[in-house]
This record gives sequence, structure tokens and C-alpha cells, in this order.
Amino acid sequence: MKPTTLYEKLWRAHVVREEADGTALIYIDRHLVHEVTSPQAFEGLKLAKRPLWRVNSILATADHNTPTTHQEVIADPVSRLQVDTLDKNCAEYHITEFPMGDHRQGIVHVIGPEQGATLPGMTVVCGDSHTSTHGAFAALAMGIGTSEVEHVMATQTLISKRAKTMRVVVDGVLPKGVTAKDVALAIIGHIGTAGGTGYAIEFAGSAIRSLSMEGRMTLCNMAIEAGARAGMVAVDETTIEYVKGRPFAPQGELWDKAVNYWRTLVSDEGAVFDKEVTLNAVAIEPLVTWGTSPEMVVSINDCIPDPQLEKDPIRREGMERALKYMDLPAGKPMSSISIDKVFIGSCTNSRIEDLRSAAEVLKGKKIAANVKLALAVPGSGLVKAQAEQEGLDVIFKEAGFEWRNPGCSMCLGMNDDRLSAGERCASTSNRNFEGRQGAGSRTHLVSPQMAAAAAIAGHFTDVRALIK
Amino acid sequence: MQAFTQVTGVVLPIDRSNVDTDAIIPKQFLKSIHRSGFGPHLFDAWRYLDEGQPGQDCSKRPLNTGFVMNQPRYQGASILLARDNFGCGSSREHAPWALSDYGIRALIAPSFADIFFNNCFKNGLLPVVLPEAVVDKLFKAVLATPHYQLTVDLTNQQVRTSDGESFSFEVDGFRKYCLLNGFDDIALTLRHAEDIKTYEAQRQLAEPWIFGVNR
Repeated sequence: MKPTTLYEKLWRAHVVREEADGTALIYIDRHLVHEVTSPQAFEGLKLAKRPLWRVNSILATADHNTPTTHQEVIADPVSRLQVDTLDKNCAEYHITEFPMGDHRQGIVHVIGPEQGATLPGMTVVCGDSHTSTHGAFAALAMGIGTSEVEHVMATQTLISKRAKTMRVVVDGVLPKGVTAKDVALAIIGHIGTAGGTGYAIEFAGSAIRSLSMEGRMTLCNMAIEAGARAGMVAVDETTIEYVKGRPFAPQGELWDKAVNYWRTLVSDEGAVFDKEVTLNAVAIEPLVTWGTSPEMVVSINDCIPDPQLEKDPIRREGMERALKYMDLPAGKPMSSISIDKVFIGSCTNSRIEDLRSAAEVLKGKKIAANVKLALAVPGSGLVKAQAEQEGLDVIFKEAGFEWRNPGCSMCLGMNDDRLSAGERCASTSNRNFEGRQGAGSRTHLVSPQMAAAAAIAGHFTDVRALIK
Repeated sequence: MQAFTQVTGVVLPIDRSNVDTDAIIPKQFLKSIHRSGFGPHLFDAWRYLDEGQPGQDCSKRPLNTGFVMNQPRYQGASILLARDNFGCGSSREHAPWALSDYGIRALIAPSFADIFFNNCFKNGLLPVVLPEAVVDKLFKAVLATPHYQLTVDLTNQQVRTSDGESFSFEVDGFRKYCLLNGFDDIALTLRHAEDIKTYEAQRQLAEPWIFGVNR
């Protein structure tokens, strides 16, 4: 038989029907729902008097609007209405929801895997572009719009066409202080924010194999920042070990049957990809973004690039605009950029391993005097509890961080956690777009360890000097 | 869904690449539980000098007169001309809702981000991909000619200038069919409900754990 890519296997396993032109109906196994992109979908269902196709495919939680400080009810009435609307819709349709206050509540892309609601071989969708995260489990996971949320609710399918396939191979051993986040940024810097458009990316190679599931989730999470709707990693022992015993995961005989199937979820030897990209893990350094697109990224030991050296006029203009917005001059060393705030959290970097790695850097240290606020926001109630059991909260608090409740928080600031205009943030989130963390905000994307190092120094600094 | 056959109208040029959906409609407006009312907040952070809030009256807000959208010659635009990777970032369908609510019916760019591209078709908006050189030429023409208009013709898959020049574009057959007729995807898919049930029954035997009870 012809060798097949992982993507092709996942695609074929979910085709309900396919038209001659390649337009297909793809069956959706897991539908994750949050408060921001679902109200209009529920409204559409109600107006058309359509039932949910399969209620137990859905897991819902509120994450974008939820306050990270203790609030009995959400103070902002507009946010409160959106969260209440989700609660009401879930109650009406008997959907499993982890509402605010539930110890399992958290960022949708953290709780899915944590609960075992994301399993290898699944199709996973959510009205959220970072749904690519779940591809870490060899799932076909994609962000969708609200119309598609409604379509999945009503039909359990998505209208789709095969994506092109790209394999990004990262071989070698990642140096200490270089994490999955740096690998993600290195890939985006290499192929660009539109480099993955139209593709499903499989991340492979020895450096990827040696990543934990948390690291793989960070990597797949940022596939969308390279333009790819889906990112994925093949199944191995790390995948199976992570899933085992999770609340929604199969047990007993079914577990054995499932594992047998899951082990086939790898690209066959000799499978052909439409595009191949190779990176050397040893050469990847801790990275920091300098502009307003994740592809505007350099090593901590580099300087801000000079737009005048860019030949393409549109790119040059983009660089100039970004530097103006970021209030930074070309040629400035990255390590000389001082910061106002630090954010450790988001669906990219709020899992237990992220908090552990930041705490390792922070232990026994204090944040710099010029850092006005440092936030640590665990990805879920369970991550928070685990971190507290390990005493990580104490390390964060003693260093001067605020230890908050789970949610999307300052990644996009739909709750109260925002930057003020002109403020500069070392952020473990995924987007450094203009205004992303608040109107006029300036975001630099980094790994949790690099964010912790910047918090202590008050400016960006090479974390490798701190963790020998 | 609103059908799309052909639109002739003023072209609004947004001359920058990688315009993200955060820029098209900033986060604070995503708190709405409705599909409409986003038009006054399209490109909010670029369009106004103050910080916008959901539900406010935008008619009294200070305009950023330096932003292209506020120039008189582009008022009433129904076609948006953009650069590479337009609509990147968040999957928020609020972005096409805002464009549509403002009056935009078609977009022309050398490339679009996948999710945004897809979302447009669900909302009667037509995203047209034209080669970079053509887009460049159109930008020059728009900037040189006040109230410059184009025609976007889905039936014939053409973008036409007022002096008769035309550029062909590709569009997926199924999407074209839906857009021309204003069809609702869900109703079309539900015609295949039996196929979905058959598929589901097979999967239930092969991978019963997918269909387990939520705990």
C-alpha cells in the first residue's frame, strides 16, 4: 500500500461523503465550546428550530471573559451577559459545561486534553483559532468560525477540502533554556505567518519526539500563527502515557483497543508531503519578537533588524510601521529593551510544565523595580491546584508575581487584565498584534522561562545565563 | 444568507499586509451576543482616536483623519482592496460580520488567511484572490483616482474596471453555488443526514470511546 501521511489517515477516517470536486463532509468527534463564539450559533439553531446532532460531543467552558481575580459575579455587565448566555444555553441543551467556579474550569485548549476529552485520532473543532493545539495528540484539530460552530452543532460535520501537507522536521537536542515556544517561534520566523496557509503541518524529528505533551501542545498551538489551520504530532508512548487515566479517556478493554488503533496514527515511512521544512534544534536560541507579527522574531542576542535592508517594499513598510508602533529603533539590542509588565499564561503557555519552568528561574529571586505588574495565570483550575501542591504559587508570589485564577486573561484582555497604551510586556501568549493586549499595548512574545528572566532583570535577557 | 452575484462600488484600499482580525474588530466588541451592529467598530483602533467601547454612539467619537477609511473619497465603499494574508489571526467571525455590516461585499487581495476566507463565504462576502501584480496595479489606480470603482462579478468570475479591463479569478465551485443562491450550508448538509447516520453507526462500532458519556 502507498505510504500515507498522518493527516491523510485522519482525513480519510472522517470523510462522510466526498464530492467529485473534493468538497467533503467531515465528521466531527469533539466540539469544544466557549462563550465568545457560540451565542450566535445557539441563536441560529433556535431560530431554525434545529436540535443538536450529538450533545455528548460537546464540552463547554467559559474562559475569555472570566476574571482572574476573585469575583463572585463578573463586574463587567457585558462580559457577564456573555458568560451567563453560555451557562443558559448549556443548561437548555444539556451540554457538559465547566462553568466559572467549577474546579475544572479553564482555557478550553487546556481543559480538553487535561480531561482526556481530546483523544488521538479525533477530529476536534472549536470556534477558536488556537484549536490547532489539540493536534499534539495526533488529532485533526481546527479552529472554525461561528457559522461553522452552528453547522457542527446541527449536523456533526464540517464542509471541508483536503489541505496540503507540510512536514516540519526538527532534529537534534534542544539546548537548555530553549523550549517548545522557541521552536514554534523559530518555525514561524523561518516560514512566515502565511507560510502554512492552506497546509496542515506535521511536526516531526527527534527534537519534537523528545518534547512532553505540554511542549507539543505549545508547538501545535502556534501552527495557526504560521497560517496553518491544523498542526499535529504523531502518536508515541508520550501521547499514550499522557492520555491514560484521564476522566474522558476509555478504560479497560476499550483502552487496549483504542491504544492499538492510536499506534497507527503516524506518517508511514516514505509518505510524501507537499512541502518539507527542516530545522536544526541545536541552532535554536531563546527568541523574542520585536514587532507586531509573530514572524518578526530574533534571538535574544540579536539586534532589531533594519527595515532599510529589506528589499521588498511592502515588507519594509510593514517593518517600519511595526517599529513605530513598538516605539523601537532598528539596531537596538533585544537585551536592552526594558519592560513594564510580564504575563505568564494563555493557551500557549499556561500548563504545569510552563509554570514549573518559569518557577525554576524565579526561585529565590525578585522581579525588577521597573516591572509594574507580573501575572501568573494557570490554564485551568486543575493546573492551579497542581501548581499549588508543588509550591509553585509560593515561588511566584515571593518573586512578586500575582497568582491568579484560570482564564485567557491578558493574552487578549477581554477581561480586566489588559495593558495600558504604551506599556511593554514580556508575554508567553501567541499574538503580538497591534492592540492585542489592550489599545496601544506593546507585546513581545517569549517562552515562560524567558518571561521569568525578563521579570527579574527588568529587560529581556538570555535565560541560559540564569539556569546553568 | 445574502446572495452575491455582482457588485459595483467604491474601492477602499487598506495598503498593508498581514491585517489581522484583531485589527478588523478589536476584542472588546466580541462580548456581544448578537451578529449585527459591528460596522461602526470596523477597524476601530485605526479609525478613531479614542478607545472604543461596545454599545457606544460612534457618531460623536474623534476620527483619525489620517486613516484611509475616513477620507471622503472612500465613503460608501463596498469593495475592500488589501495586501497579503488579510484576515490572519483569530477565527472570530465578528470580522466578516463587521465588514458586511459596514457595507463591504467583496474583498480583493493576493492572499487571505484560511479561517477568515472560509468565514466570508458563510456571510455573503466574496473574497477574491488576484495575483500580486494585479493587486498592485489596482492599488495604484485607486490611489490615483478619487471614488475609484470596480465591479466584482461572481457569475463570470471577473473583476472589471470602469474602462473595460478585466481580471479573472478562481472560486471553489461549491462555494460559488452557495453564494450565488444565498444558500444556507446547514440545510444543504442535512440533505445528507442519512449518510451521516450511517457513518456514525460504523464509527460507533470501530471506535466506541468517541461516543462515550461525558464525565
